[in-house]
Amino acid sequence: MQNELKWRGLELLKDGAVDRILGWRAGQFVYDITPDVFTDPEDLEKNFIYNEFCGANLSKYLIAESAKEGKVAVFLKPCDTYSFNQLCTEHRIHRENVYVIGIECYGKVSVDALRQRGIDGITGIRSEMGSLKIDTIYGEESVPAMEVYAERCRNCKSKKHVVFDELIGADGEVVDDCDRFDMVEKLEQMSAQERFEFWRGELSRCIRCNACRNVCPACSCEKCVFDNPKSGVLNKAAADNFEENMFHIIRAYHVAGRCTDCGECSRVCPEHIPLHLLNRKFIKDYNELYGDFVAGESVGQMSPVADFTTDRDAEPSVVQKGGDQ
Amino acid sequence: MMYQIPMESLDRLLAAIAAQQKLYLPTDNTAGEAVYTEWTQGAALSKKLNTLRSAKDFFFPQIQNMAKFRREGKKIEVIDDRAEADDFCIFGVRACDVRSFDVLDNVFLADPVDTWYETRRKHATVISLACTRPGETCFCHTFGIDAAKAGGDIQCWETKDTFYLEPLTEKGQALADALIAADGELLTQCGADQEALVEKETERIHKILEKLPLYDLKAEDNRERELELFRSKKWKELSSHCLGCGACTFVCPTCQCFDIEDFNNGETVQRYRCWDSCMYHDFTLMAAGTPRLTQTERFRQRFMHKLVYYPKAHDGLFSCVGCGRCLRKCPIHMNIVKVMETLKEEKE
Ligand code: SF4
Ligand code: SF4
Ligand code: SF4
Ligand code: SF4
Repeated sequence: MQNELKWRGLELLKDGAVDRILGWRAGQFVYDITPDVFTDPEDLEKNFIYNEFCGANLSKYLIAESAKEGKVAVFLKPCDTYSFNQLCTEHRIHRENVYVIGIECYGKVSVDALRQRGIDGITGIRSEMGSLKIDTIYGEESVPAMEVYAERCRNCKSKKHVVFDELIGADGEVVDDCDRFDMVEKLEQMSAQERFEFWRGELSRCIRCNACRNVCPACSCEKCVFDNPKSGVLNKAAADNFEENMFHIIRAYHVAGRCTDCGECSRVCPEHIPLHLLNRKFIKDYNELYGDFVAGESVGQMSPVADFTTDRDAEPSVVQKGGDQ
Repeated sequence: MMYQIPMESLDRLLAAIAAQQKLYLPTDNTAGEAVYTEWTQGAALSKKLNTLRSAKDFFFPQIQNMAKFRREGKKIEVIDDRAEADDFCIFGVRACDVRSFDVLDNVFLADPVDTWYETRRKHATVISLACTRPGETCFCHTFGIDAAKAGGDIQCWETKDTFYLEPLTEKGQALADALIAADGELLTQCGADQEALVEKETERIHKILEKLPLYDLKAEDNRERELELFRSKKWKELSSHCLGCGACTFVCPTCQCFDIEDFNNGETVQRYRCWDSCMYHDFTLMAAGTPRLTQTERFRQRFMHKLVYYPKAHDGLFSCVGCGRCLRKCPIHMNIVKVMETLKEEKE
């Protein structure tokens, strides 16, 4: 697929149809790929890459890219298109400056998953019929690709592009029978104490590097309150571990109804904290309380909690009476 | 003097050290990453290449209380509430992290000495461990670090059946002596044959290192090119997609910046310091604002500091030790190796 993407990118650049291409730049190894903008066809030809490690969701970069002059083409995987729509709904992307190329996706591999299996010293990776052949300085390894996909890909929620100007590869369907809520259900079935301990355990590893927040397409505030000394809640250091944990709960509330479950937070967390479970709990609750709602499914849709209606709201009396009465 | 102990008696060795002083070693956490934890009976030494967070935490913790101030009428009382530190031992430190202590020492132990750091450092004994399985992200060799001879107070090797220890400093020898005094059977002195086996293991590791993809990476002395590199156009491209998250600085064993803040509850003020990151927009924020307005300038600071400013101030010593943590943990895979390569191109 890489060649198709590259060829199309070159064509768009050379025709002058777009001024820039937002894609992925090859690195030192097969997996250390950096999101980047290409303006020079020669550079694109030489350094553009598309493979099973192009997990990064490029949508958030369009906040800055689409605000610039000229047109930018972007490659979006199905799950990335939800983030794109959501950002358009929030008026963060100038849609008219973006040309969306939807690309087919079979799932992306997590290097961490390879390392967890003790695979290290990686020098090359090839896909062969559903399995990955990994060259390392210690010899060759082979693993079923499905087993080392990122969590969000193992539980892919949709192969459908909710927005595109053109497609490379086929469009798929929403995956109705995906298992993404299984773990949430397990957590729901725990006692409050067990659940508390589960989260205390997971969140206690946090080093507060802010990678989860900074990569998140729903976290697009210019300046986070927790970074702002004037906000009164500056949180450069937490007083204790519990306060630290609360950061994540607060963040999950803040993105509820806007989080598309793109899975970037969990992908980038150096401590492998399953942040997506917090978001999925909200998604599941929304679905149960307000009827199915998918953030980013279309542009302009309102999240149920931002759009009160007496017939749908879980506690209509609040809407009828108003706040403090 | 070198000592040995059979691999299956490693637990006995750890228990013996723990009987002398608090012992920390890398163990696997629930997420499958190695982290330093306090030794308890049955704790297994991690097989991972390196810990997720570096060993700098021991001397320079992420959050540290510095002093308390209490006001009573017109008097302000300053309370130094530091507890007396006990001796402790860090086991299994890799060569890169051992070098990182030199980098940190140059800063925290220089005049004016940082007494918080100094106390922790004085009480610590560092037991290092040669790397048996370096990864593709390792480039300690670039900075003249030998992964097969890890340094510290006692340096160790683990082979299939034997664990070797070599005290290098007085502190290390004192610990070895104390271990022997407590249990005469624990450690056996190595003869010439065994020392030759250690030499062989060292060579084996060197052969692996030579196969690493970054083995030939050269760190150039750029002290003379400070201004030229500072003004380079490349920073903009390199930093253009950096998220400004700070993951790279928090996992880095040599990043040393901190912020000092006061928490005022009306009666007492708690003064604390916490890690800061030059990747953050409020880094070195002053009344007049911040001197680095864009992510490009913040990004440049991180790498100029590692590759130019620090070497300039410390006799050419780089403040990167090639541990590879930032290569593994950056969400967008931007890192110091890519920066070094790009700056080199600039010169060509
Ligand atoms: S990415 Fe992980 S470690 Fe970093 S702040 Fe988020 S949860 Fe914490
Ligand atoms: S800059 Fe990266 S490779 Fe160098 S010491 Fe820091 S984390 Fe390790
Ligand atoms: S200036 Fe940046 S690179 Fe240097 S020690 Fe501080 S945080 Fe690390
Ligand atoms: S270089 Fe990477 S890890 Fe460091 S701040 Fe930028 S995105 Fe985060």
